[in-house]
Amino acid sequence: MALLILTEARVTEKPWLQLFVRPELRIYMDAALTFVRIQVAPKKRRNSLNIRRLMLGNEAIAQGLVDNGCSVATSYPGTPASEILSTLACLKQAGADIIHVQWAVNEKIAFEIAYAASMAGLRTAVSMKQVGLNVASDSLMSAAYMGTTGGFVIISADDPGPHSSQTEQDSRLMAMMAKIPVLDPDSPRQAKDLAALAFEISEAFEIPVMLRPTTRVCHARQDILLKDIQPLEKKINFQKAPERWAATPKFRFHLHKELEKKLEAISSLDKTAPIRLNDGARARRAVIAAGIAAGHIRDIMKERKLWDVIPLYQVLQPYPLHQEFISHLIENYDEILVLEETSPVIEMQIADRHRVKGRLTDSVPKAGELLPEVIEQMVCEFADIAYEPVHFSSFSGRRPTLCAGCPHRASFFAIKQAVPHGIYTGDIGCYTLGLNLGAVDTVLCMGAAISQAAGFYHAYKGQKNCPDIVATIGDSTFFHAGIPALIDAVVQNVSFVLLILDNRTTAMTGNQPTPASGISATGEPLEAVDIERVVGACGIRFCHEVDPYNLNELIAVIREAVQFSRKNGPAVIISRHPCLTGGSQNNRGKRAIAVEVSDACDGCRYCIRHFECPALIYNEERKRVFIDPALCNRCGVCIQVCPKNFIQKKGSFAVS
Amino acid sequence: MKQSIQQQILISGVGGQGVLFITRLLAEAAIQKGESVITSETHGMAQRGGTVISHVKVGNFSSPLIRPLAADGLLALKAENLSQHGSYVKNGGWIVVNSDTDIKLPPGLSVFRADADSLARKIGNMKSANLILLGFALARTQKLPGNKGLFCSIEEIRHVLKSQMAESNKLFDDSIKAVENGYVA
Repeated sequence: MALLILTEARVTEKPWLQLFVRPELRIYMDAALTFVRIQVAPKKRRNSLNIRRLMLGNEAIAQGLVDNGCSVATSYPGTPASEILSTLACLKQAGADIIHVQWAVNEKIAFEIAYAASMAGLRTAVSMKQVGLNVASDSLMSAAYMGTTGGFVIISADDPGPHSSQTEQDSRLMAMMAKIPVLDPDSPRQAKDLAALAFEISEAFEIPVMLRPTTRVCHARQDILLKDIQPLEKKINFQKAPERWAATPKFRFHLHKELEKKLEAISSLDKTAPIRLNDGARARRAVIAAGIAAGHIRDIMKERKLWDVIPLYQVLQPYPLHQEFISHLIENYDEILVLEETSPVIEMQIADRHRVKGRLTDSVPKAGELLPEVIEQMVCEFADIAYEPVHFSSFSGRRPTLCAGCPHRASFFAIKQAVPHGIYTGDIGCYTLGLNLGAVDTVLCMGAAISQAAGFYHAYKGQKNCPDIVATIGDSTFFHAGIPALIDAVVQNVSFVLLILDNRTTAMTGNQPTPASGISATGEPLEAVDIERVVGACGIRFCHEVDPYNLNELIAVIREAVQFSRKNGPAVIISRHPCLTGGSQNNRGKRAIAVEVSDACDGCRYCIRHFECPALIYNEERKRVFIDPALCNRCGVCIQVCPKNFIQKKGSFAVS
Repeated sequence: MKQSIQQQILISGVGGQGVLFITRLLAEAAIQKGESVITSETHGMAQRGGTVISHVKVGNFSSPLIRPLAADGLLALKAENLSQHGSYVKNGGWIVVNSDTDIKLPPGLSVFRADADSLARKIGNMKSANLILLGFALARTQKLPGNKGLFCSIEEIRHVLKSQMAESNKLFDDSIKAVENGYVA
């Protein structure tokens, strides 16, 4: 059911309503002008500089969780979701009443920890990026059946674009598959409010609730009014009920029927009902928007003078879509344009195919982000008004690259030197950028470097042209999904070399600790797990540790490992050097070897082609290479790269 | 009652140049002026030395993104980004660019160029080109007719820096020095 906000404009129909038009009240009414809900309106912002804070979407979500009694929060880092848990950790350190905040080894484990704490009666949350939910999907599907005790919120951040992900998948479809409600915020402010609502629904219906922000919500910043919060009483009391918490298939059938009942009730919940944004517009066509598209379309319709012309609705809960809303649309409109990211979730639930325009009718692009310019063009076409597209130059911008001095660059250079014609299976992290050095041939998903190496080995096994296979995986990714794959490779005696690129941190997502770091999200000491011992315990018989800054040593060890692997099965090298940007100042892997390029440099550009360090700059005029002192991190590795010894420690060349 | 501000500013550069920091400063300045603000940032993979663009919208906006031909101004920390990001600036808007060579752009735009990298080298703080360009933009765009320039003053930026860097006087001194150097450049 679409709700209207009572304003002066509505009063003409029922004059006595005038009594209720007061700035301190916000009154929601249904189409027949019957009161549905009365709220105290948020205070108008005026000279309230001290309590209006600029907050990142992810910070706002964290604040919303804490303000509403979240007691256990878990996550595995992944863009665009990472800052949710880091903010929760900061809030805990600053004294917020949270019992436990942690980075887990992977999303499935994060999910199960937070879920069990909800079974024990607490409000809990797990956050991750959308592909992380794939890893946690096994737990999700069952948790939906069994339900919750304390409120349990799953935050799965999608990445339309994609900007920093393998896929543009829509987590709302995962919610639909699991049969749990999902809320779709349009801004940091709304994300914070919906975090509160998610807890409320989860507790009221004993069901996990998904909050699905997208990159443009997670990484928007907005001024947000912080309110005083009332602390909630925490009731920790796990009620044993094996027919529910350990249900056998027979009981699962009953749980499934209960779940369907919950969903039916949630699909007529007032609090999450679609909102009619522009009361004044009257037409036989309407626009439905959800998530960030609802933010874009508001600005566009105002600027394009469509605000008073075409009815606009915002859907807060794309699944289950409110049944009354679907009927309302079918009764009132001939044409309906649906704007949502990235799959047609709302669109599929509006039953009348002849009226709905969206992805299924090719009215909305099937892939890519719904940028405001894309939406502007679609809504102009929908409203039959002129649109002049802006043509952009095809300039694609700079590709991302490993930092100057990054130890991964040295590892990739060494791999190419030692095994110039191998198959290189790669993995997810900063070191995916080994692509730039030609040392990464495949990137599928977390942990796949090892199992894909095995797949290539089995495919080529016994062939004359069987190539050497070198896999690379980061330390955090190895813990996340690499260990079972390594055990499998040992069991199957796969001939390949694995380099664990151990930079002592989870660098790409902002330097979160790994299980080997021995430190918690909130800075307390923890047990540290030793990578060598894990590798040994998996049954690996060749395991060496090398500092990749010692290039020649690493090249020699890789050659040795290849020899070993051809005869004896898997070999592991732990290429260990701390990240230059990660951890505390003291733990960073910085070295201070100032380098210079000799005037004799003949401009062959070997270093640029094969080492691609951003601090190595080819000067077109002088036809030679220089070091950019602003970018150089003084690792000194390039000294070992130049085959003609034109790169040396500063001061090594005589002044000419 | 004062007239509320409606301004859309882009900041573009490459990862590591401090695009996010300038975005944050401008957004905080807007809040200190009592305005609403919404911004959009680039994180993750693209930050590793790749092209980075931030959107700052001050005033009554719902969307965090600026559409092509809608930006009031563009701060370009890398001149090479102009061919791509210049198309966001509306006719009559301004572009402030960090470049050591002259920039040719279509008519209808006010273009101001400063060699912020050289200035940064001169003051011995290579990483401060972003603040130098901001100072330069504050000085130049505010001389434009019709209140088209950046919505905040150098004093307001000073105030924001002070509150953001409350724990380090040296950091504040270095930062405001960079802004001031750009302001008089």
